[in-house]
Amino acid sequence: MTFLVIFLVLVVVCAFSFFAMYNKLIGLRNIVRNSWSQIDVQLKRRFDLIPNLVETAKGYMKHESETFIKVTEARAQAMSAINKGDVKEVGAAAANLDSALAKMMLTFENYPELKANQNFLSLQEELTSTENKVAFARQAYNDSVLSYNNAVEMFPTNILANMFNFKKSDFFEIEEKSEKQAPKVTF
Amino acid sequence: MWELIRINKRKSLFVLILMFILMVSLSGAVGAGFYTVDWVTGMIWGALIGVVLWAVQAAVAYFAGDDIVLHFNMAVVVTPESYPQLYNIVEEMKIASGLQVMPEIYIVQSSGLNAFATGIRREKTAICVTSGLVENLTRDELQGVIAHEMSHIMNRDVLFMTFAGVMLGTITMLSNVMLKGTVFANSENKRSRKKGGFSGGHPAVIIVVLLFAVIAPVLARIFYFTISKKREYLADASAARLTRYPIGLASALQKIAKHSSIDFVSKITAPMFIVNPQFAADEDSLFSASTHPPVYKRIAILTQLQHGGKVSLETYQRIYEKELEASGLFSKTTLETDKSEAVRAESAEKISESRKDLADVILANAGFKIATCECGLKIKLPPSDLRMKVVCPRCRKEISVSGSNAAPVGNGEDGLVFKRKNVNSWESFPCQCGRFTFQLSPLFRGTSVVCRHCRTKVRIEYPE
Repeated sequence: MTFLVIFLVLVVVCAFSFFAMYNKLIGLRNIVRNSWSQIDVQLKRRFDLIPNLVETAKGYMKHESETFIKVTEARAQAMSAINKGDVKEVGAAAANLDSALAKMMLTFENYPELKANQNFLSLQEELTSTENKVAFARQAYNDSVLSYNNAVEMFPTNILANMFNFKKSDFFEIEEKSEKQAPKVTF
Repeated sequence: MWELIRINKRKSLFVLILMFILMVSLSGAVGAGFYTVDWVTGMIWGALIGVVLWAVQAAVAYFAGDDIVLHFNMAVVVTPESYPQLYNIVEEMKIASGLQVMPEIYIVQSSGLNAFATGIRREKTAICVTSGLVENLTRDELQGVIAHEMSHIMNRDVLFMTFAGVMLGTITMLSNVMLKGTVFANSENKRSRKKGGFSGGHPAVIIVVLLFAVIAPVLARIFYFTISKKREYLADASAARLTRYPIGLASALQKIAKHSSIDFVSKITAPMFIVNPQFAADEDSLFSASTHPPVYKRIAILTQLQHGGKVSLETYQRIYEKELEASGLFSKTTLETDKSEAVRAESAEKISESRKDLADVILANAGFKIATCECGLKIKLPPSDLRMKVVCPRCRKEISVSGSNAAPVGNGEDGLVFKRKNVNSWESFPCQCGRFTFQLSPLFRGTSVVCRHCRTKVRIEYPE
């Protein structure tokens, strides 16, 4: 009788810790997915802003068509990468877009009339902020991936992770070089 | 980062429980001292009353604290339309911190530079900045400040500091009751030469209780300021980690330290500000009654972090330990789950011209009318000023005031006309001279009114 009670208690305790660990894994994975969608949202927002900015700037900058073409191309490339949904590819494409945008921003410097345009200024603040948001969303995503991967690899949650096929997520890395270039934007 | 929150909670909870025990035993002691018949019963009742006292105050703070703070400060809500940049910065930090709920943003009209966070409940958080802050900081600096406040929200500091603050208040109050009660009871006894009141208890109990009443508030204060100071460093570390730009916060702190004083702070809200608005900036002693660590130390740590090139909680802790010769801030698990990030480059945006108009936006929101003269002077009229025309004090020109609150009097073909909207209720409108308000009663059916001061005639029109 005593044996049975002890056995039952053990089973219940095991079951509860099992549920708790499973829920923890699910929770962490949801945070990862959620943070990824946040990056998605911000990148898409940036794609929407770029044509507006280019249109506004074009009127003032007749001789910079090459810069605009590069930005537009980088944008198209990044958009297709996002639609595929591959983390690594998106990282590379986003880095490309970053440097193209940074170059465009540098050329704005030579057009004082453009910088006096109220519409352009507000677009520029939106773009700066959206770029920051992309960077911060990436940071938040990597934080969440780290906690999730830790849970997948570490004992005791790794047993459940193996049983229910929780796979490690990729970090969203941007190459050092472009990361350093991108924010060097002077208005 | 995610682990961090949980562990901080646990540590603070420990100190909070210590404070709670202190409070319960003090109120028990007070009960034992006052109830002369049986000190055990007195103790139980005292403890109960103490807990109820605290619970009531804590409940008020929990359910209405945020609103009380914001209402007293006459804070104005910021929307993405009214002030896009500030809204953007807050949104950026919300994304970086991984918070689910976007905090509300408020601006308070004050030339002092400061900011604070409220948010006792997770669903309803707010960040409040002074207009002086927004006008004087660059984008990077503002981002640092917002990140610091966001960290307070993330770590749930507001909740802990409010509960701890209320506890500190209760303990101080109980000890006051105790000490004053003793003095009062003793002087009464001398006069009436009769035993009773407080000193009726057992002498040993009284001595213990009195001693306790003196020590408890001091202890509580030490507990309180220990949590509070540590949480400032924690918020600084998380802010540096969120923005990846520690020098932004450092230079903001430098600016803020010079002008942090504002006039709407209470003792309980003080820990939530980025720099303590009540005390001088560089107080530095163990028993100093400051909720914030000395600003120059915070700046020194952040600056060194920036020069290191990599931002992580671990590097912050290393510099903190070196700088303060104190033990660590974070637990081992927190550091294991933290990722180091490279310091980002400075963003080029300096203080934009549009920020200079911020004060006007706030005033307009509060019902002020703004008249701009040709000479460039801006005249701001409070809502109570009903003049439609003002004379510029610089160039003596007459300017007409337009604004939402201007008198609803139109210019008809034959002079001024006021159109009544509802004949069945009182209606009032100001005269253009601003010194007289016409009041039309529901019974009034006249065709015109005349101002008592400037003798201007206004025709009254009625709806069909």
